[in-house]
Amino acid sequence: MRERDEELGSQEAARAGADSARVVVVDFAAPELAGDLSDEPMVMTFPHLLVRELVAFLALSLFLVLVSLFFDAPLDAIADPTRTPNPAKAPWYFLGLQELLHYYPPVVAGVLLPGLLIIALAVIPYFQVNVERPSLWESAPLRRLGLLWLAISALSTVFCFASALPVWSIVVPLWMVGVAMSTGALPWRGGRVALWLRTRSLPFWIFLWFLVSATTLTATGFFFRGPGWAFTIPWRDGIY
Amino acid sequence: MRALTNTRVFRSVFRHGFPSSNRNRSLVVFSSFFLHFHPVKVRLRAIRFTRTFYLGGLCVACFFILTVSGIFLMFYYRPAVPHAYHDMKDLVFVVSSGTFLRNLHRFTAHMMVALALLHMAWTFLRGAYRPPREFNWVIGVGLLVVTVLLSYTGYLLPWDQLAYWAVTVGTNLVAATPLVGQKIKLLLLGGHAINDNALLRFYVLHCVVLPMVLVLGIGLHVWRVRKDGGIHLPPEVRTLAPGATEAMATTSKEAAQ
Repeated sequence: MRERDEELGSQEAARAGADSARVVVVDFAAPELAGDLSDEPMVMTFPHLLVRELVAFLALSLFLVLVSLFFDAPLDAIADPTRTPNPAKAPWYFLGLQELLHYYPPVVAGVLLPGLLIIALAVIPYFQVNVERPSLWESAPLRRLGLLWLAISALSTVFCFASALPVWSIVVPLWMVGVAMSTGALPWRGGRVALWLRTRSLPFWIFLWFLVSATTLTATGFFFRGPGWAFTIPWRDGIY
Repeated sequence: MRALTNTRVFRSVFRHGFPSSNRNRSLVVFSSFFLHFHPVKVRLRAIRFTRTFYLGGLCVACFFILTVSGIFLMFYYRPAVPHAYHDMKDLVFVVSSGTFLRNLHRFTAHMMVALALLHMAWTFLRGAYRPPREFNWVIGVGLLVVTVLLSYTGYLLPWDQLAYWAVTVGTNLVAATPLVGQKIKLLLLGGHAINDNALLRFYVLHCVVLPMVLVLGIGLHVWRVRKDGGIHLPPEVRTLAPGATEAMATTSKEAAQ
């Protein structure tokens, strides 16, 4: 903290021209020292940011080197097209999709849903729907509450009955998000948490639903699926 | 140290003196090709660890580690059908530190995908996707897809059972695309089954095409962050005491996100 004050102090000195008097030849960078118009604390990139970046990089490298020293990457037998392992699992970041294959035909689980997800992610910032506060519940809360639960019921129906089995990993997070959202519509004022919940925007809730569903699907695929994609308990049957 | 920085040779390379003055500290950043994507001064709020957890920067760090370890791996690897797997075995049992090299590359790859996902989630939750940064968010989504594809194309290269069947699952999903699915699968694999051709295609995508796309994308992504005035920061709430002037306003607390 003290060091920073000195830093800012010497910046003042530089501004006054005390430093640039010594160096006469190149002066093009001098306006960079003129300080910011706002009174927000600023620091020099060198050393403050660069040292932090270096420490972060070294910490990451150290972690990865230690992991690489103590654990070995898997190497199975040579590829054999005639012998299918059971289960044949994709890398972890695709296990959510592979889990969806359990419920939907490949065209839905492998093309339609991931395609829609990527498009939805890309277009999120282009929707000005309730991006900033005033929040979702500022006007006509009851009507909006009705619309919300209508939408949730419609989505639940799709995810329960348009698939081979109800996709609980998607439906349950949807309901949880719906309940958390609805607390904002209640006339009850509540404390800090209630205020925080009430001021979240609609994109926040949609993103939260995506995030929780994707995590649940991936974790299910990773920990709870065994031969024939049957449900297994990791601490009893191990992780496949 | 100071004397060294005053020599003619040092000055011919770095063009600035010992960074004891803020002028020279600015020149360290400003006159360096490698650092010029940074401004010379940054907001203190912007560089706090808990602001970003440095997730984007750590993705780039992972990419750097992957590039270096990947180049070493390329010295020991042939993308052909029986050789690929035998080269893996050689790497584990013959090459000095080969196991470590392979472990590092593989675990860093998983780390990069995880960090990119976390970076996206955190960027969203902090509201940094909002205008004027909406297109940079789209570029970020593209970078995430490229990162996953890089990891996925690398997954086939060891040519073990794990690799073969994971890629089988993936390419069968691609083939399920209406109308063009079979054609894309044929293009990707260079045949109807995963064999020599597929391995070579995945190798070229993994080592040449996708890294180039990623470097270009990262450049664009970071450049746009700079153009939008650095990382997204919520506006500050200033409390103005009654009778106080604007200059006396104290920065109290950031606006809740």
